[in-house]
Amino acid sequence: MTELSKIRNFSIIAHIDHGKSTLADRLIQHTGGLTEREMSEQVLDNMDIERERGITIKAQTVRLDYTAKDGETYELNLMDTPGHVDFAYEVSRSLAACEGALLVVDAAQGVEAQTLANVYQSIEHDHEIVPVINKIDLPAAEPDKVRAEIEDIVGIPADNAVLTSAKSGIGIEEVLEAIVTRIPPPGGDRDAPLKALLVDSWYDPYLGVVILIRVIDGVLKKGMNIRFMQQGSQHLVDRVGCMKPKITQLPELGPGEIGFITAQIKEVADTAVGDTITTVKGGADKALPGFKEVQSVVFCGLFPVDAADFEKLRESIGRLRLNDASFTFEMETSAALGFGFRCGFLGLLHLEIIQERLTREYDLDLITTAPSVVYRMTMTDGSVQYLHNPADYPDPVHIDHMEEPWIKATIYTPDEYLGSILKLCQDRRGIQTELTYVGGRAQVGYELPLNEVVFDFYDRLKSISRGYASFDYEQIGLREGDLVKMNILVNNEPVDALAMIVHRGEAEARGRQLCERLKDLIPRHLFKIPIQAAIGAKVIARETISAMRKDVTAKCYGGDISRKKKLLEKQKKGKAKMREYGNVSIPQEAFIAALRMGEE
Amino acid sequence: MAAALLADMAHEAALMPGRTLGSIFFGGGTPSLMPPTLVARLIDAATTHWTPAADIEITLEANPSSVEAARFADLSLAGVNRVSLGLQSLDNAALQFLGRAHDVTEALAALDTAQEQFDRVSFDLIYALPGQTLDAWQAELDRALGFGTGHLSLYQLTIEQGTRFASDVRRGEFAPMDDDLAAEFFACTQTNTEKAGLPAYETSNHARPGQESRHNLTYWRYGDYAGVGPGAHGRRRAMATERHKKPENFLSAVARNGHGLRLENALSLSEQAMEALLMGLRLREGVRLDVMASRFGFAPDALVDCNAVSRLQGHGLIIRNGPHLALSEAGRPLLDAILADIVTIEPVAV
Repeated sequence: MTELSKIRNFSIIAHIDHGKSTLADRLIQHTGGLTEREMSEQVLDNMDIERERGITIKAQTVRLDYTAKDGETYELNLMDTPGHVDFAYEVSRSLAACEGALLVVDAAQGVEAQTLANVYQSIEHDHEIVPVINKIDLPAAEPDKVRAEIEDIVGIPADNAVLTSAKSGIGIEEVLEAIVTRIPPPGGDRDAPLKALLVDSWYDPYLGVVILIRVIDGVLKKGMNIRFMQQGSQHLVDRVGCMKPKITQLPELGPGEIGFITAQIKEVADTAVGDTITTVKGGADKALPGFKEVQSVVFCGLFPVDAADFEKLRESIGRLRLNDASFTFEMETSAALGFGFRCGFLGLLHLEIIQERLTREYDLDLITTAPSVVYRMTMTDGSVQYLHNPADYPDPVHIDHMEEPWIKATIYTPDEYLGSILKLCQDRRGIQTELTYVGGRAQVGYELPLNEVVFDFYDRLKSISRGYASFDYEQIGLREGDLVKMNILVNNEPVDALAMIVHRGEAEARGRQLCERLKDLIPRHLFKIPIQAAIGAKVIARETISAMRKDVTAKCYGGDISRKKKLLEKQKKGKAKMREYGNVSIPQEAFIAALRMGEE
Repeated sequence: MAAALLADMAHEAALMPGRTLGSIFFGGGTPSLMPPTLVARLIDAATTHWTPAADIEITLEANPSSVEAARFADLSLAGVNRVSLGLQSLDNAALQFLGRAHDVTEALAALDTAQEQFDRVSFDLIYALPGQTLDAWQAELDRALGFGTGHLSLYQLTIEQGTRFASDVRRGEFAPMDDDLAAEFFACTQTNTEKAGLPAYETSNHARPGQESRHNLTYWRYGDYAGVGPGAHGRRRAMATERHKKPENFLSAVARNGHGLRLENALSLSEQAMEALLMGLRLREGVRLDVMASRFGFAPDALVDCNAVSRLQGHGLIIRNGPHLALSEAGRPLLDAILADIVTIEPVAV
């Protein structure tokens, strides 16, 4: 156990690419956590996806033993938090485990919108923020300008910002000294009943579920019987330790310390981030504040391209869920796509990550239906229902009104793209709340329906700003909306996988776009095929695929029968793979392409 | 080769004894370059192995070249009573595009000779060529009908995978005719031949009534045929047969085994039913589903998807009268797509 005054718990806040992982690596290296040979690039990002995308999905922690200039040895706990808004709650729990943060800003690029959101969160947790201006050895570095930006935009003093180049190893010692001298030590009472915050958990094939904790009061030892205060479950602690970043077992974790425990827990779902851990006997009577049940925000259907892969998909989803309790799933059947799962995610990035992991780690070809949000329907009888899937939309006469989730978006962009960005937000039913100019950049605040954002907003934003705009959002609750279910009918039969909830004002444009696209995607048949978009019985858009007029083999004599028969068998097999709606065979690619409506 | 062909035929005859011989067809490659004496020997052998029908049809396929035309008289004496000429076009530029060695003048001279020497003459034309206009085709067809043959084969150009045409299309040297336009060419062909008294009796074959190719009708009505000689296919009851294609392989196979068979493939009842259906629906007369089903041991309605049939009937593509099924005028150019809709791959047995 380390004396409280010798502990420093901190996180690193940085925009993607501003050098967070590199700085973390240098700190580990400098304090001797790993030898040169053991250092692989970006030690903390474990998963391939994390490394490739430069994002952190699970909170990671590493303990550094640092002997400071005052001659004392300090225990520095570096908490690497997920950097994306989708994981905002996890971020807030990670921040609650620290007393300070390093704010890393690229000396050439300056402050970005996403960084801001995290800094503010950190400030809300009363953290001491240490500004670090990184990449000062780049030719385009303008540390003075960035310093001014930090003071103007973030609103914290930056005259004592540490200048570094993590890549070249400049200023690392100074960062460590700043942590020791400027970030306050944690508080806590060793003799009080145990209270530890469950910061994060993950599944390790050798250790089972590993739980990352921050001890607030009391002491956590191996062999203790512990209780999760929210979940109410009890477990026997069989390992206590910390990451240096190699797993190091410890006899105990005292107040102020960050480390991990294992307690023979099989599924991550049995551990809730934000829960309070105490002892079964003589435990704390009040849990730590701020616990929230994590809720899915974005939903979509995941179906195997090959129906035979359904079992494999079920197994793979189950295995992913072992390690990610924030993602939910239930079985779904679609006449178009067969058996699959309706899955809930924390946000679009989360959706993409899960989808990518299924494709990559489990080698599955998937069809993802258009993402949708959760609508709250107040029925005429006063009851409230939540709609996760357009397919479950009830008879509208029973709906009194519908509400949809809204977000507050903060967009930070070079001002040359401002015009198109404002138009995009306006087109998506956005309400402007804020517009400030800083130098050549603008910060725009918009309230937007989440529904409009899950569709293709982010892709559009990136494309109109040539990748320069950054985007961040927080949920601001539900608002009533004039929402309707739009059906797509192929040969007069509704296609379940293509149904969507849309704002009435946009239904026509969306419907027309979808019909036009399907017209090109569905091959001609022996009869003409109407494709319609409809709200209830009212058709709002229509296209027609004309009938096929010629398809016959010109020559077929005695020597051609075998070949012709094989061709016919192949044709029949191809048809069997297609989904049939109103006697129209729709190839799988048509669904995939129609649902991927992003590129307008 | 003569001995090998005779031996090969004897092999088939032994396996299909006592049958009536309705027709003989010398086709594939350039059978018209066979010595007429060999043609005569083969006809003799065939009519000895099997009982020839009184009106036996003996067709020979020929290129319309002067060399081949010079043999027509001898071939007629040898017993050939029908000739089918590969004219392909009445336009020299088109013949060049199609890669034919003959020109129109030479071809028409050969046609003349053929009409002098044989009772029954047919020739073929290829249409719906890239860039061809409907007017040009109509004029060509009228001219063709004017020659007064009792039979015509009119094929729309098909770009087969792996041919020179396919690679030309890939390289963008020409684009095949669009299907909608090709459908108009097809319709116009039906009207004009009908008017001239040679209506279509099969997808691409037209004849004055009674002048239909009896031999080809056997294929389309799914009768038995013995395939003899290099590359010949046959249907010997439930057996699909195929001969070695390369003459040297064929010869050595006959020397070794007494026949030139490369493979004999027993067809399941459902395969036979499918073949019978896909061939039968090429004919304007269509098929009798009940007869076909009982022939292969299936329930009367098992061969087709009845829902699909009545749906397509609703679209005016199929004509169904009880057990009789045929394609309508509008349905005939859509046969392949219709088959894919209605044919049952694994019909239910009785």
